[in-house]
Amino acid sequence: MDFTLKIWRQKNAKAKGKFETYKVTGISESSSFLEMLDVFNDQLVMKGQDPVVFDHDCREGICGACSLYINGRPHGPDDAVTTCQLHMRRFKDGDTITIEPWRSAAFPVIRDLMVDRQAFDKIIQAGGFISANTGGIPDANAILIPKENADASMDAAACIGCGACVAACKNASAMLFVAAKVSHLSLLPQGKAEASRRVQAMVAKMDELGFGNCTNTGACEAECPKQISIENIARMNREFLGAKIGSQNRQVKGGGF
Amino acid sequence: MALAGLFLITFLVIHLAINLLLMSNDNGAAYMVAVEFMTTNPLIKVMEIFLFGGFAIHIIFGVILQVQNWMARPVRYKVEGFSHLSFFSKYMIHTGAIIFIFLCVHFFNFYFVKLGLVSPPEGLNKEDFYQMAVLLFANKFYAILYVVLMVFLGFHLHHAFQSAFQTLGLNHTKYTPFIKVVSTIYAILVPLGFASIPLFFMFIK
Repeated sequence: MDFTLKIWRQKNAKAKGKFETYKVTGISESSSFLEMLDVFNDQLVMKGQDPVVFDHDCREGICGACSLYINGRPHGPDDAVTTCQLHMRRFKDGDTITIEPWRSAAFPVIRDLMVDRQAFDKIIQAGGFISANTGGIPDANAILIPKENADASMDAAACIGCGACVAACKNASAMLFVAAKVSHLSLLPQGKAEASRRVQAMVAKMDELGFGNCTNTGACEAECPKQISIENIARMNREFLGAKIGSQNRQVKGGGF
Repeated sequence: MALAGLFLITFLVIHLAINLLLMSNDNGAAYMVAVEFMTTNPLIKVMEIFLFGGFAIHIIFGVILQVQNWMARPVRYKVEGFSHLSFFSKYMIHTGAIIFIFLCVHFFNFYFVKLGLVSPPEGLNKEDFYQMAVLLFANKFYAILYVVLMVFLGFHLHHAFQSAFQTLGLNHTKYTPFIKVVSTIYAILVPLGFASIPLFFMFIK
């Protein structure tokens, strides 16, 4: 298969980028989108040009490294897959494919299609953990957890932190990511202990980092490769309001409207 | 934002209920009784302050949040808009701005007249709201503009109602589908109710 690629090229974080149009030839329809880019980069190198820089790691849809805004959709036209799981047979021979980096003030472009997603790490550092002390292994049945909660928690924990929610959102809001991280901890007894502090700290950090606000448009949910539901956002809002009203702790500042 | 919005949503129902009295076949007698009550009752006077506060909070927060949202994506996409967004939610600031402009016109037509800041139309008393409304709707241009505006109000409300519940964290597998249905019905019925009044004056009366 042959394609015309329109790719965002940017030398470094400070440089002014622009779109370049390329031809790529001899692509197998069974190759993944990233493999197509590998072949394309080989072709560029053979011509003595700089290869296109993009993020990738596990290539099996579980690490959250790959990104790419393909033809107007994060992770391309398929639902519930990451870019590495997207196959070229999803496109027609001769198609023009526009590839852009995630666009968000909080995710600055480092080079070409690679963005800096440290903002997510900072949000996690603000509260996305439980402070479990070391000690003996607790008995498996010592803490009973309702099946529904375990399921909901597991669904939220499926978030791989790729940032597609931010990329898809018209406001570049990180609410779905933060909500997934808040939810998967607060639904379990181990996470309840710090739930109130956690939600306030993580929301405050999210706002500080320059993500937009949630207007409940639902684009994040539609584009999430792990199909995280916006029910989690409602759960986070519920917890956030409860924590703001009921929490004894005055130290945690910030947080939306 | 959500709380102020929900407050305005309840206000709209009351406003509509009174406006519908315009259509009763008594040359505005019932409507004028309601107007009399709304302009003189001390409890309503207090609620009026809350109402203006609600509008102010909703508008100011709406603009601040929107500016933050625009700033959150300084470089836009070349190709965009393929994500499955709910359609009306994309244009809340735009429909909101249109409603705001109408709100200003509305103030000039009625509220400022009542306060004495704007002189009433010739030959009318400043409390003669029924005649003012009849006069306004007699203007075909205004009446059509009013009906079009109600369509935009419907667009705004369609997203607003159910979205407010989500913002407040009230999402539930049992009740959310119900709220969404109510939201759609509300967004159709209330603007339709308002729009029916100029249509009534144009075609029936």
